[in-house]
This record gives sequence, C-alpha cells and structure tokens, in this order.
Amino acid sequence: MKFQYDRDTCNGCMLCPSVCNFGAIEKDGDKVKFDMNKCVYCGSCEEICPVDAIHIERRTFDKSKLLEYHNVWVFCETNQGRLRSVALELATEGRALADALGEKLVAVIIGHEIEHHADTLIHQGADKVIIVDDKMFADYTTDAYTIAMTSLIAPRKPSIVLFGATGNGRDLAPRVAARMGVGCTADCTGLEIDDERQLVQTRPAFGGNVIAEIITPARRPQISTVRPNVFKPSEPDTSRTGEVEKVDIKISPVQVRTRVLEKVSEVVEGMKSVEEADIIVCSGRGIKDPANLALPKQLADLLDAAVGGSRPIVDLGWLPPTQQVGQSGRTVCPKLYFALGISGQIQHLAGMSSSDLIVAINKDPEAPIFSSSDFGIVGDIFTILPELISEIKKVLDAR
Amino acid sequence: MKIVVPIKQVPEVSEVRMNEETGTLIRDGVPSIMNPFDELAVEAAIQLKEAHGGEVTIITMGPPQAKDVLLKALAMGGDRAVHLTDVAFAGADTWATAFTLSEYIRKMDFDLVICGKQAIDGDTAQVGPELAELLGVPQICYVRKIEISEDEKHITAHRETDEGYEVVKAKLPALLTATKGLNEPRLPNIMGIMKAKQKPFEEVNAETLGTELQLLGLDGSPTVVRKVYPPEKKKGGIIVDGEDTAAAVKQLVEFLTKKGAI
Repeated sequence: MKFQYDRDTCNGCMLCPSVCNFGAIEKDGDKVKFDMNKCVYCGSCEEICPVDAIHIERRTFDKSKLLEYHNVWVFCETNQGRLRSVALELATEGRALADALGEKLVAVIIGHEIEHHADTLIHQGADKVIIVDDKMFADYTTDAYTIAMTSLIAPRKPSIVLFGATGNGRDLAPRVAARMGVGCTADCTGLEIDDERQLVQTRPAFGGNVIAEIITPARRPQISTVRPNVFKPSEPDTSRTGEVEKVDIKISPVQVRTRVLEKVSEVVEGMKSVEEADIIVCSGRGIKDPANLALPKQLADLLDAAVGGSRPIVDLGWLPPTQQVGQSGRTVCPKLYFALGISGQIQHLAGMSSSDLIVAINKDPEAPIFSSSDFGIVGDIFTILPELISEIKKVLDAR
Repeated sequence: MKIVVPIKQVPEVSEVRMNEETGTLIRDGVPSIMNPFDELAVEAAIQLKEAHGGEVTIITMGPPQAKDVLLKALAMGGDRAVHLTDVAFAGADTWATAFTLSEYIRKMDFDLVICGKQAIDGDTAQVGPELAELLGVPQICYVRKIEISEDEKHITAHRETDEGYEVVKAKLPALLTATKGLNEPRLPNIMGIMKAKQKPFEEVNAETLGTELQLLGLDGSPTVVRKVYPPEKKKGGIIVDGEDTAAAVKQLVEFLTKKGAI
C-alpha cells in the first residue's frame, strides 16, 4: 500500500482538496475520499494535512552508494563546430551548483575539431574540460553521442549531468538516462542544491499553469535538461585556468544505427534564432497580412531582436517554422518579449511565459495575454508600433 | 508492417483554469482528449498501413477512463488496442512509464513504434527516447515526414532540428516521435466508431504484465515530484489604454528604460 488515508484521524478540515492539482480528492460526508486513478502522489495533501491523516509510503533506499558520485557535469553542445549559447549558460549555472556542493565543474564537449572551445568553458567556470573529438561525432547522432556520454559517465561517476533542452539535448539526455537506469527531468527552469545535497529540479507543467519540484532520491547521476536562456551566462574570467582531458572514444559505423543524409537549414538569412535572442518581437493573428510583418521586423532590427510568430501565422506560412513560439514551436526565455496581436492561448504562453519581461499590445482588453504581461497596451498595433519604433529610436540615438 | 503507437489521455490543457484562491488547477469539466501529438502518430501509422499493409496496435498506460482514447484511435483505423491499467502503474515518471510500455511491447513482433513528440500536460518529450532505449532500437525524434524503403527494411525521416531539419535514415525496427507538420489527423467517422467496438481490445494489469511491482508506478520511478505549486503570478502588471497613443507609448518606453530592457 503506497498511499494511506486514516479516516478516523482526519478532522475534515477540507484543506487537502484545496491543494490537490489533480482533482483526486473529493468531499465525502464530513471527511474526504481519494480517486487513486487521478492521484500522481505529489504529496501536496500529505504536506498540508494538519493531523497527519495522509501518508504516502515512499521506497527507502540505501543511500550509501550515492556518496561515490561527485562533481557537476555540463554537456556543451556544438553546432557546426560552434558552441551553442546554452553551453555557456549551463557552465554558469553548473559553476553555482558545484560551489554549493564544494565540488568540481566538468564541461564535456563532443564533436569534431572542437578543442579550441576548452578555454572558453574554463573561463566560464569549468575546472576541467573533457574533449571527445572524432569525425564520427561531426554530426549529432543519438547512438554515437549516447555511447560517448555513457562511457564517460560510468567510470567517472558525476553526481549531476546537465544538458541544454535543445532539440538534440532533449533527444540525448533521456536516452543516456535510460541506458544508465536513472531518471531524467526535462526542461528545467530552476536548479538548486538542498540540505541533503540533492539536486532540486524545478520545471513548469500543464502549459505553465503549475510548477513542479522534482528530486532524484536514490539514483545517480541526477540528469536534467535545462531550458535555453533561463540562466544568464556570467562574464568570462580569462584569468581562470583548468585541466583539459582528451578522451579517445572509438565508435564503429555499425554502432550508429541512424545516418544523417542531409541537413537542411530553414533559417532565413538575417533572421535571428528565437531561442538564442535576448529580445523577441512576436506577432500573432492581429498582424492580419504577411506584408504587415515589416513593422515588427523594423522594431526587431532596431533592438537587435529576433522576429517570432504564433502558431496561426506560421501555419499560414508567413514566417518559417524556426520562428514559431509556443508549445508546438520553440520554447523561449528572452529578457524582453513583445507579444503583438497575440491573444495568449495557453499553448502560446507555455512557450514564452518564463520571459523576464513581457510587453503585450492587443486590441482586445479581455485577451488572456494581458494577465501574463508586465506591460500591456490595449490598442491597435498598427498605430502603436510606428510610434513605439520612433520613440525607441530617439532613446537609442540619444545614447 | 507491424506498427505500435503508444498514446496518452491528457486533459485539454487550454481549458484548465486556475483557482485564484487556492492556486490549484480546476479540472472539473475539463475534457480529456487524446494527446494531440499522439493523434499525429496514430494518423502516420494508419497511413503507413494503408500504403504497405500490416497491423497497427494502439497501446496506452492509464486509468480505466483512458479507454476512450484507445477507442478513438481504433475508430480512426487502428487494428487492436492494449490498455495497461492498474493502480500499481500510478505515479509513474517518464522512465517508469517507458519501462511499463516496454514490458509489453518488447514481447511483440514490431517494425516501427511511433510516439507523439510529447504529451501536452507534462511536456517532457522523454518517454519516446526512453522507450527506444528500453526496446533497444534506434530513435528519430521530432519527425515531420516519413518514407519507407521499397524493401520495407529502412525508414527515411525528416527530423526537425533547431535550425531546420535533417534527413535521417535508419534500419527497422526503429522508434519515431511525431511532430507538427507530419500529417493532418483524420476524424473518426460513424463507421469507424461502430467498428472500433468490435476490434480486439486487451486489458493488462501488473500481474498479467508479469513485472516486479517495485519497477512500476511510483515505486519504479527514479524521479519524485516533491512539490507542485502555482507559478508566481505576475504582480503589478501595468495595463494602459492605447487610445492616447503617444502617452501610452511614452509610458512603455519609460518602463523599458527603467527596467534596463532596451
């Protein structure tokens, strides 16, 4: 029995139904009843119960083995030989976690002709950089990278391994975790070390409607993917020094069961990636006509921002899929996000609600986007944008 | 071709509202639907069957009411359904979910497993890769287009990447995850709905699955949800009337300058 409810002890305070996010607790006479088909054992009811009538029995583990695991690792993804910006963010956050644990930060780079990134990662906080360089790793493949990561992890026993939640990171991390028989937490937006030296992984769920705190009590390493742009890279410290270890991992072509025949870029020349931009100017249905996109583009150019679109306008082909923000597109976390003529359906909010600052302009005062924004203007984007562009220009010119 | 499609019943997330007082989700009256990305997977499997022949098995792990999404997938054109349902499966994280599914699927003879990219409630996109690993087959995630070779032994897929897509070839058996753009899922018609009820439907519990209980559900999950809470509400969000354009814009620019955003 994993879940125990002591009806006699229960005082009928009705606090537990109010904290259940899963609709699993109902009033039953003067007490409550539980629908175990809905329960996810999150423990919210157990925590709030003032009389300890609810008990979730969790497995106990021999934690002595966990002491064999040390150090924080960050997987630093490269793309066509270039370090992805999330690598620097991971190194910064990994540094903070390593400091909290009093352990080392190790950056791992896998690829071909990528050695020169070692210094960058040391300057960003790594104590050690592990380099796996071979032409077999020139293109990302799940098989080759999984073999490389698991053969690095197994003998070295890191306690934490972080991946960027990019397309490849989200493909690789769960595969590595499954091969090692450990857990993996996707798309984290917060990481910290608790009193028991465990990694507390925070992530949004239900389209951003709830935040879940997830731990990995009994297995190591603790593996997470981390949303790009959530952690801001620190200023590099060029005086830092560190160790570089080159590890030779030979992979035979038969071990790689997928073959990349062709890579097709849909990135439009001069169009910044929404995932890596500090500022995004995103348009929705309210933009009305593809020709009108010139206006948000003008604002974006002024602010060195990326141009984004909501699902409807990307579906109409007005912007390429690489620029789509939302659940079925990209998840972004810029410093500043403009939502222009976007109503703010939950699928859209799921992709951008963790932005630092959200500015919404929409004609409809009831649009849900306004309840998620820091600054909203109820009005017509076609009259407001030109004015906004000229005002921002003035501010920038005056600098 | 023998194709397996694991699917999930999810709440229609866009209709989930927050109880402002308690900060919890209001689920009453929120319809349960087939995860939209899984509909793409079901449609893809049916199209492959139509082109190459074979059998489509739909499988889900979930409470008794999850039967509805299996019936829908059968009505769309799936051939048989498997419902893994038991209180012992509850509280599973992505690994335990993938493991439970793999315990059934690994005993099957299959060429292809097609999953949705991610479920819209958890948004993890992890069950696909974890299932592929547990089944020992290659994975191609975020697939927008599928082609099967003439000898039906290889698959070529367009895999969405951060920059666009890549064309990836793999030998079967393999696992794919479906993303937007792969197809337009069909709606079940009346004939399909009627036929669905006659199709083979298997219910499997922990005992019939024959797996150690400690590997299932909450007990089998490496990760544990310690706490669930509402996100910090954006407080003090300023909303101005754009009627006076100049004033509204001036206020916005001052706001952005003060915040150091521009």
